[in-house]
Amino acid sequence: MTDLSWINAAITSARPASVGALLRYFRDLDEAEEAFQEACLRALKSWPTNGPPRDPTAWLIMVGRNAALDSVRKRSRNVELPSDEVISDLDDVETPLIERLDSSHYRDDVLRLMFVCCQPDLPATQQIALALRIVSGLSVKQIARAFLVAEPAMEQRITRAKARIADAGVPFEVPGAVERSERLAAVMAMTYLIFNEGYSAGTDAARAPLTEEAIRLARLLLRLFPAEPEVMGLAALMLLQQARRRARFDGAGEIILLEDQDRTLWDQELIAEGLALMDKAMRHNRPGPYQIQAAIAATHSRAGLAKQTDWAGIDALYAALERMQPSPVVTLNRAVATSKVAGPEKALEMIAPLESRLAGYFHYFGAKGAFLWQLGRTQEARIAFDRAISLAGSAAEAAHIRRHLDRLQSPQAG
Amino acid sequence: MLYTILCYNDENVVWSWTQEEDAAVMEKLRQVQARLVDRGVMGPSLRLMPTTAATTLRKSQEPPLVLDGPFAETKEQLLGFYVIDVENLEAALGVARELAAVNPGGAYEIRPVALFIPDPR
Repeated sequence: MTDLSWINAAITSARPASVGALLRYFRDLDEAEEAFQEACLRALKSWPTNGPPRDPTAWLIMVGRNAALDSVRKRSRNVELPSDEVISDLDDVETPLIERLDSSHYRDDVLRLMFVCCQPDLPATQQIALALRIVSGLSVKQIARAFLVAEPAMEQRITRAKARIADAGVPFEVPGAVERSERLAAVMAMTYLIFNEGYSAGTDAARAPLTEEAIRLARLLLRLFPAEPEVMGLAALMLLQQARRRARFDGAGEIILLEDQDRTLWDQELIAEGLALMDKAMRHNRPGPYQIQAAIAATHSRAGLAKQTDWAGIDALYAALERMQPSPVVTLNRAVATSKVAGPEKALEMIAPLESRLAGYFHYFGAKGAFLWQLGRTQEARIAFDRAISLAGSAAEAAHIRRHLDRLQSPQAG
Repeated sequence: MLYTILCYNDENVVWSWTQEEDAAVMEKLRQVQARLVDRGVMGPSLRLMPTTAATTLRKSQEPPLVLDGPFAETKEQLLGFYVIDVENLEAALGVARELAAVNPGGAYEIRPVALFIPDPR
């Protein structure tokens, strides 16, 4: 009856709340993970014959907790706890833990679990690797593949990151409203980092699942914080970007710009969900950076043809984002919209002051080259494109700029 | 007689499926549905977005209260439904069993239709 893929999906979806609750109980990440691991092994034995429990998460927490306590008692030659066959369901087990398994506790448990991965002194890539291991339950092998490093190296990185977390101490007190919203902001940022790690990887199959995982985490956050417009914005932003995945690269793995994408390849189901979430977020009238970025993505999604894009609207949205979250990268993005509305001359003027701060940024020189090329300043465009190629982070990025250079060489250029 | 088959499942689990797993289940369901269409049993059907996309209007007060999310926190959520036209409950259960065979987990609620307005536009 209960097929294995269903059990796997149930365990995957129960993982964040289960490990989060076990972490609250044991106050030690390794112990919590081991207890969960043990519970999963028992689930694989018990569920196919006994059928799945009504509440897999509560089952895994109880069995994991008991298994861990059991092994402690065995070591100290004490009486064993009842075996987990006795705990067929949880109605007969009375424990204070059960009472605390309501959704508000799950919320803080999951948030805490995700938040411990966001230690600010850990580099972003380590935060992501840790979250994928602890929250999502990806294997070290899968994570190593996603980051293009050898498995032992990734193992070592994760072990070190965990040691840093243990040193920093896990925040166990129930968070107040301010702390909760600070934690949520850090966790949202990390979720978006996971998405971008997968999204920027292009056609690399090992990394692509990261985007799906990030969306899954965002949906989880949405269920825990159903009335937070920024969480809606974050989920919408990722859904609307993910919708373009089939159109972003050509057969040779080269980047296809938004303007040149075959929009019939865009995933309308994901777009519809993203737009529905945006719609909900707008009602709250509490704009934030994720909502604005999602609104920009939504504007693109609504244009059936590239030339129907509401560039003035996008320019205004970027202007709002600039005020809310000033950064040279935001200004650079805005300049692209400005070039469509007010011309490349104006866009060049806008980005000129950014050059010192974005001297190592591929997209800066890519955009600068494109503006110069539109103005017929071929020689300067060539210099900018060469600089971009030297800064490219992937083969696809470099190849994309090289195509621009090829066009410069062709007779109709300039 | 018209029945609905209301599909309940834990959406956390369903939305944890990978795209391939989801596509595989949908494809198997499509085959069953095609059979039902051939037998003249199948009416309208639809799949709902996750409850995270839902909004609830609480009418118990004036003015009604707008809340984000589904109307109730439940372990299993309404994920979609079919309308089928069959002889009786036994036949409706038969259809539900056919669908269940390719889509395990959760539950189908078989509920007779009291009033049906296909599309009044």
